[in-house]
Amino acid sequence: MNALSYPAVDTAADAASHRPLLDVSGVTLQYKTRDHLVTACYRVDFQLFQAERFVLLGPSGCGKSSLLKAVGGFLAPVEGAIRLNGHAVTQPGPDRMMVFQEFDQLPPWKTVKQNVMFPLLASGKANRREAEEKALDAIAKVKLTKFANSYPHTLSGGMKQRVAIARAMAMEPDVLLMDEPFAALDALTRRKMQEELLQLWDDVRFTMLFVTHSIEEALVVGSRILVLSPHPGQVKAEVNCHDFDLASTGSPAFQSTARRIHTMLFADEVEAQGSTGA
Amino acid sequence: MTDLSAPDRFRPTPPIRPEYERAVTDTGVIGDAARPLSPWEKLVNVAALRRVLLLAVIAAVWQAAAVWQNNPLMFPTFTATAAALWDAALNDTLLPMAWVSLSILLKGYAIAVVLAVGLTTLAVSTRIGDDLLSTLTAMFNPLPAIALLPLAMLWFGLGAVSLTFVLVHAVLWPLALNTHAGFTSVSETLRMAGRNYGLRGPRYVATVLIPAAFPAILTGLKVGWAFAWRTLIAAELVFGVSSGKGGLGWFIFQNRNELYTDKVFAGLATVILIGLLVENVVFRWIEAHTVRAWGMVR
Repeated sequence: MNALSYPAVDTAADAASHRPLLDVSGVTLQYKTRDHLVTACYRVDFQLFQAERFVLLGPSGCGKSSLLKAVGGFLAPVEGAIRLNGHAVTQPGPDRMMVFQEFDQLPPWKTVKQNVMFPLLASGKANRREAEEKALDAIAKVKLTKFANSYPHTLSGGMKQRVAIARAMAMEPDVLLMDEPFAALDALTRRKMQEELLQLWDDVRFTMLFVTHSIEEALVVGSRILVLSPHPGQVKAEVNCHDFDLASTGSPAFQSTARRIHTMLFADEVEAQGSTGA
Repeated sequence: MTDLSAPDRFRPTPPIRPEYERAVTDTGVIGDAARPLSPWEKLVNVAALRRVLLLAVIAAVWQAAAVWQNNPLMFPTFTATAAALWDAALNDTLLPMAWVSLSILLKGYAIAVVLAVGLTTLAVSTRIGDDLLSTLTAMFNPLPAIALLPLAMLWFGLGAVSLTFVLVHAVLWPLALNTHAGFTSVSETLRMAGRNYGLRGPRYVATVLIPAAFPAILTGLKVGWAFAWRTLIAAELVFGVSSGKGGLGWFIFQNRNELYTDKVFAGLATVILIGLLVENVVFRWIEAHTVRAWGMVR
């Protein structure tokens, strides 16, 4: 059974009448190491619509995290453009809240509540009273009310990630950027967090751009997947997966889609091995 | 190439054992999962008590050694020093002298803290500022503050200004060095999170970098405090001779001239006591309410 109520796929004409929330067109990203210029991804295009759960999926080194950082405004593309609501993205801003993989993303000198209030106050989006109200509301949504006044170092890894998600959600950003937020968690906690994230989405209907290297996580968490080829990342396919959730992981449809994606990613590897071997 | 597969007779098969499931015992039957510590264990856990005990032992050793030496002119006993300290505090000029020293110290310290924050903020925001700070600390950190005293006296004459100048020099460089090291070690994730909120410039430094680097800054403040205190006393020993304006160093010097060795010891003890007080009360309090509460240090 599909727990998430999801609208039927729009006809092509209907989809075109919607304006994309985020438009990434022809983006090439490069960064310099001490003695190399590395191209992280090459001429990537994708569009993100309201309330979509869009997943960037690819093997490590395909530039998916770099793409997310570019959307976040931390990395300027050398080619192409990123537009949010029609405006070009040039710098980091609170309209694109980021949830990182690392647990140290929460300032340790602030309690859970202060952490969630911090961006609201820092960006001037709310005054102290409103910020507190919104923070407590977001904390309740991720079921941490009991820990509102605890410092982050007293929380478990999963709880810290929930605070980070609450912090991002309280800002009501245009798009939520998630950089492998569950990758550092143990398998059981990860599964629980995926479930909670989907419930949260069902409740709030935020727009999310989610980076992962796990095919299963992509299928469960996402509604649409952008498959990237390895190094430098290029768009390989876009796959719909809005029908899948945690309950459908065993279903034949889920398995066949997973296999399809796996083949897309794996085919490249065989080719690469073949070419280096020749 | 070695063959890793073992020969057949060394290839054991694990036994297949029966499966089972159990009902977990109710926790009530197990009894207390946690037991309160005994009073003795609690006492031993109080750091202050252990340290006071240690101080008492040191005082007892001192007393024994001094009684055995029996030469009050060179080495007065602990009790004589304590009595002299009490007497000097009540009837002599010890307390006003200590206050003179402390107020100059705090002034110099405060100026140095402000300068250090300014310099390191500049250093993290611009590359030239970074170069400037690195060069200046490399140049001036190894230079003993007291070596600047003759120059300071030439420029500012004999008085508080010269002392403040030397003090600022003593505190500024170690504090700037530690603060800068703290700033550069702030994790990339935390920086990006801060910039994500739209923070930049001085607000970014104040709300993200300074608290995140606070353990290092606190170390810098402690080192700076110790440097300032010893520089001040040393400077007063030189200074007091020519200006006679006072201060703890001058108090020590004056009493040495008159061979009141117990008062010299009382002066030294005051230096130590103030140092202990600041370290164990002021800095410990700051630590307990900041870096320790935040779980940044153990």
